[in-house]
Amino acid sequence: MRAALILALLLLNGCDQNMVQQPRYDDFERSPLSANGSAMGAPPEGAVAQDAVARAAQELRPPMSAALVARGRERYDIYCSMCHGVDGRGDGIVPARGFPRPPSYLEPRLVAAPTAHFYNVITHGYGVMYAYADRVSPRDRWAIAAYIRALQTAGGADAR
Amino acid sequence: MICLSAVALGVAGWARVRSPYETEQGWVQHQPVPFSHKHHVADAGIDCRYCHTSVETSANAGLPATHICMTCHSQLWTGAEVLAPVRESMATGRPLVWHRVSQVPDYVYFNHSIHVDRGVACVECHGRIDTMPLTQRAKPFQMQFCIECHQNPAPHLRPPDKVTQMEPLPWSEADKRRYGARVMAAHSIDPKTLVNCEICHR
Repeated sequence: MRAALILALLLLNGCDQNMVQQPRYDDFERSPLSANGSAMGAPPEGAVAQDAVARAAQELRPPMSAALVARGRERYDIYCSMCHGVDGRGDGIVPARGFPRPPSYLEPRLVAAPTAHFYNVITHGYGVMYAYADRVSPRDRWAIAAYIRALQTAGGADAR
Repeated sequence: MICLSAVALGVAGWARVRSPYETEQGWVQHQPVPFSHKHHVADAGIDCRYCHTSVETSANAGLPATHICMTCHSQLWTGAEVLAPVRESMATGRPLVWHRVSQVPDYVYFNHSIHVDRGVACVECHGRIDTMPLTQRAKPFQMQFCIECHQNPAPHLRPPDKVTQMEPLPWSEADKRRYGARVMAAHSIDPKTLVNCEICHR
């Protein structure tokens, strides 16, 4: 009797929690089905997203607004300021550690560049700068481009 | 005698379930690269969202793809032995296999985006990640931990633009409660419904 009670308590303590890892693919889990071994394998070459039309619409340049610049500032500080510096002069912490220093946005070439230039550089990268298309959505790229214009103006350049 | 052993076993069982052995609180997992959040967050000042890109829009915060690591490390520490697995992953296209430090069971449907949007800071659940040379689980991540906040979320809320800030806000307890109460009113959040089972379990 005593042994049975103690055994029952011991068994209770060791309850098997087999619902913790359920037989399904969660994001970032391993999968033998995909070529790169991840449940998040890339779609096959040439696949078209169901919302491709809506996505394409997001790539159009939104009208300039204070909200767009504010969003651009927030995104710039997250993704760009590490290299380009919070004021856009190219003296962020990453160049300070030895990464090739990016140009200042106040350079005449970049003041004269069309706003779409910044959008395209974020999308495709430029020189040693990697593409940010995987991290920054098209709308946010336009927002950052708008904020770069604000940085240029704040730096004394005649940007438009 | 039976009673005594039953009590002792019960206490031992309870202590085990609450102990770091079970909760993994403070545990470090073996990783393919000894990644330091302290170096990247505190020393370099990189925002959490630079790498955890989907934390605002998805249930998952997102583990960075190798491409994100290599944005800097294509130029910095290019010959470092510790980064060899990152370069290999870039060359082969096979993702790095990181081991989860913070994880909830499959029957918990946690969603990062709603927590970040309402102003629950990263530090609330992940602790001072900016002080961790090797990432460890800061909180127990058991139901009790979730429930404590869901019962009284107000003091845990801050402005959404401060969610990735690691340092505490210079707010008094009264400030926290006042701000939290305002957010809860604005979003019609009722703590009574926040502890319904189906909030987290589906």
